Amino acid sequence: MAKPLVATGFFTGCFGCHMSFLDIDERIIDLVELIEFDKSPINDIKEFTRPVDIGIIEGGVSNEENVEFLREFRKHCKILIAIGSCAITGGVPSMRNTVPLKECLEEAYLNGPTIQNDGIIPNDPDIPTMLDKVYPCHEVVKIDYFLPGCPPSADTLWAALVALLQGKEVALPYELVKYD
Amino acid sequence: MSQDTVNIIIDGVEIQATAGQTILEAADAAGMYIPRLCHHPDLPPGGHCRVCTVKVNGRPASSCTFPVSEGLVIENDTDEINAQRRRIIEMLFVEGNHYCPSCEAGGNCELQALGYRLGMLAPTLPYLRVKRELDATHKDVYIDRDRCVLCGRCVRASSVVDKKDAFGFENRGIKKRLSVDAVHGLGETAVSAADKAAQVCPTGCLTVKRVGYATPVGRRKYDKTPIGAEIEKKTAKV
Amino acid sequence: MAGDAALVTQVVEQFGRDRGRLMDIARALHAKLGCLTEDTIGDVADALGMRRVQVRDMVSFYAFFSRRPKGKTVIRLCDAVPERMKGAEEVARAFEEALGIKVGETTPDGAITIEHAPCIGLSDQAPGALIGATPVTNLTPADAPKIVQALQDGKDIATLPQAEVDLNLRKPGPVIFAPMERGTAIRAAVNRKPEEVIAEMNKSRLRGRGGAGFPTAMKWDFCRKAKGNARYLICNADEGEPGTFKDRVILTECPDLLFEGMTVAGYALGAKEGLLYLRGEYEYLLPHLDQVLAKRRHLGLLGKNIVGCEGFDFDIRIQLGAGAYICGEESALIESLEGKRGAPRDRPPFPVQKGYKNQPTSVNNVETLCCAARVLEMGGDWFAAMGTRDSTGTKLLSVSGDCKHPGVYELEYGITVEKLLEMVGAEDAQAVQVGGPSGQCVAPKDFGRSISFEDLPTGGSIIVFGPKRDLLECMRQFIEFFVEESCGWCVPCRVGTTILSKQLAKILDGRGTRADVQEMEKVANTVKTMSRCGLGQTAANPILSTLRSFPGLYEARLKKDDFVPPFDLKAALAEGCAITGKQPVLED
Repeated sequence: MAKPLVATGFFTGCFGCHMSFLDIDERIIDLVELIEFDKSPINDIKEFTRPVDIGIIEGGVSNEENVEFLREFRKHCKILIAIGSCAITGGVPSMRNTVPLKECLEEAYLNGPTIQNDGIIPNDPDIPTMLDKVYPCHEVVKIDYFLPGCPPSADTLWAALVALLQGKEVALPYELVKYD
Repeated sequence: MSQDTVNIIIDGVEIQATAGQTILEAADAAGMYIPRLCHHPDLPPGGHCRVCTVKVNGRPASSCTFPVSEGLVIENDTDEINAQRRRIIEMLFVEGNHYCPSCEAGGNCELQALGYRLGMLAPTLPYLRVKRELDATHKDVYIDRDRCVLCGRCVRASSVVDKKDAFGFENRGIKKRLSVDAVHGLGETAVSAADKAAQVCPTGCLTVKRVGYATPVGRRKYDKTPIGAEIEKKTAKV
Repeated sequence: MAGDAALVTQVVEQFGRDRGRLMDIARALHAKLGCLTEDTIGDVADALGMRRVQVRDMVSFYAFFSRRPKGKTVIRLCDAVPERMKGAEEVARAFEEALGIKVGETTPDGAITIEHAPCIGLSDQAPGALIGATPVTNLTPADAPKIVQALQDGKDIATLPQAEVDLNLRKPGPVIFAPMERGTAIRAAVNRKPEEVIAEMNKSRLRGRGGAGFPTAMKWDFCRKAKGNARYLICNADEGEPGTFKDRVILTECPDLLFEGMTVAGYALGAKEGLLYLRGEYEYLLPHLDQVLAKRRHLGLLGKNIVGCEGFDFDIRIQLGAGAYICGEESALIESLEGKRGAPRDRPPFPVQKGYKNQPTSVNNVETLCCAARVLEMGGDWFAAMGTRDSTGTKLLSVSGDCKHPGVYELEYGITVEKLLEMVGAEDAQAVQVGGPSGQCVAPKDFGRSISFEDLPTGGSIIVFGPKRDLLECMRQFIEFFVEESCGWCVPCRVGTTILSKQLAKILDGRGTRADVQEMEKVANTVKTMSRCGLGQTAANPILSTLRSFPGLYEARLKKDDFVPPFDLKAALAEGCAITGKQPVLED
């Protein structure tokens, strides 16, 4: 039987959840036995090559491109897991949610104390348009599982993934569920 | 058996309580944990959070305010009540702006700890995302209203223990906020970092400055031990 | 300001430096100064030996107190559901146009502020408004410029044709609206021992008319037997349930009957003091009520040795509220009477054990006390012969909405919804809200049910929805009402009502899924089960009762998808696009 396919992706965040994933250390060898990666920054596959079984996403949704990629993940993944504070609540980037976008950008690019000469708010066509707020993933697409943490520990990610691969319910022990 | 003893049943277990105790106090003494957030053992009950709601003879009531009496039959640790409690915790997570990763209270926060104990993985109710005022005017203590759950512990502590009445509320409903006895912020009040009020915040809202992040992750209060375990430990019950 | 400080001292003195009279002190200062600024709050705190934060806590709670200057005249446009059904929104637009400001704003010259108000007790002649304390009724958009002109000309609003409040007493019944000679019930009471008065009440099987239906005799008995240094009788005239206005009619038409009932209760309880908590919206009724009280004192029906009965001393004080629906909840009302924010208390202890000033207190509805007077006059058996076995006597119904004859009806308990609709001229109703927003939305299949404690209990509000109404939109407005009126003390009500309004809005905006409905129902159940007082426990009823009675209305608005985001992508991108001059790429 073919190995289950897994894809991972990241949106607005710090990539810390992926780093934590790499913290599974030597278990990565077991992992390779268990699964095959499709689209993921870990193997640098940029596009989905086929439908996958499990999608793992980190980061909140702060711009149009995030929305597009997240939708793509939803379309291709049977099970979609949001991992980490940013994916689940918007996280640290969502601290801007109580400030109007215009004010944020003006502070960053026009009025901030480190701005020299005349600043400009970037408007290059290649830069994705920002959303008014940073949204958690579950407000953009349907999410099947949440693994909180900043980041979720390697043990948390490993335990959840193994359970899912074995078709079991994800029931994590107390120490493995943290919001920070 | 003294006259003051009353028998009550919690989750099928018969326990002896003392007249004058609340259900929550009686349960604590018997080593049975009832989840609670706004309650603090050194302060009079507030009845704000409703997390400690139990069913008393079939009717919901807050156990922190309800006095024991002979023959009460109480339901506490049921799936139905715990689901309601979890939803209350979730409501608090979406009401305020709780950025757990960057909060000094992380790991020692009772709001987090209740989320863990009650099984909340992600708050999925709609976020309110309302700007809340930060008050850093005091040299030793600050108020981050993003983290306020309006439990009123500081209000009660300042009134009953510190005798300063430095805190109160203002406005009503969803616009209700923690308020201080000053025009321009906490710095104008008589509050000091040694006050009971500055020690009892269940989250990181009322926080003493310059002491944050003192305990490394992994050794914080609720990193390995669930909230309530200290109460449950009191008995031999496993 | 020094001038204000002197005024504060004077007002505080006038109320005996009594913190318990903070409502009156705040009302008096607000009337003189137009608002209660931080300076005034500080002065009041100093004069009363209180903390500033405590005074602010109370002042910031009530809708009628403003901490920022407002216009000399405040126009409060009622936007309750029955008012909106009769064009309140169009009227509000007309006022905005006539004044060149939006609702919530003040004219640049500081003359006029317009704002919204929840039900002001005039739903039978909607849309209505309060101009200062003066009610205006049956407004049309054409009235707005006329009223504004009159204000600008300095005319007395009370002389305007719109300032007419109709009694709208459509059907007087034998209990409340039959004539009675002053003192009859009191004399009947004092001829017996207080216990015998309670026994007579017990015979009548009278139950509280506020909606909860607690047996009045039992309440009085508990209160009378409770340990305390004093006992208090409080009349709850804070009818705030949208669509209720029966107390307005009682207080206008037969206040003597009410005061008679209060005095009887005072005798039965052994209370020396009765307090009438009158909702702030009914301030215009105060002068008349004061006159009636003065007359009764003059006649020896209040004061010392009432009707010559040695040692029977009792008097009545009227306390005005300041705009808070929650104060209709008895323990919140007591808090408010004590000069605090109107936050309800946890029970036990109940008010009959520890109520006003921590003493045994009986809080009774206006209508209940009127019934009590009549029970003493006519006897408990006479009363119990009317109505049903569990709901004796008559009930005042305040009927509003889509019907030909809105107004107050005094009817025997047990009348079916169908009969009632026939009587009020609303045979084509698609639904009836029995008991206001906190009650039940009744579907035609249930029109055979009866108005009674055992079937459809109500404090009196009956709102009829005609065949063309968007029923769920009305429910959304009900939920908004609870969002505004939640006191904020407990989490499930404070946060839950706001969550419900967002969840319902998503569905009504056509973005809802089946999962969203299920999620909303769960939140509604949490609000109902976990809230601290009756407000929260009933705040989800508009949703819960329509989910039960009108599931098809929700069904029709749902998207077939199993997930729809709660936000609109185009709207979420609008600001970013405007700032950068780009266009959105993605479709919603």
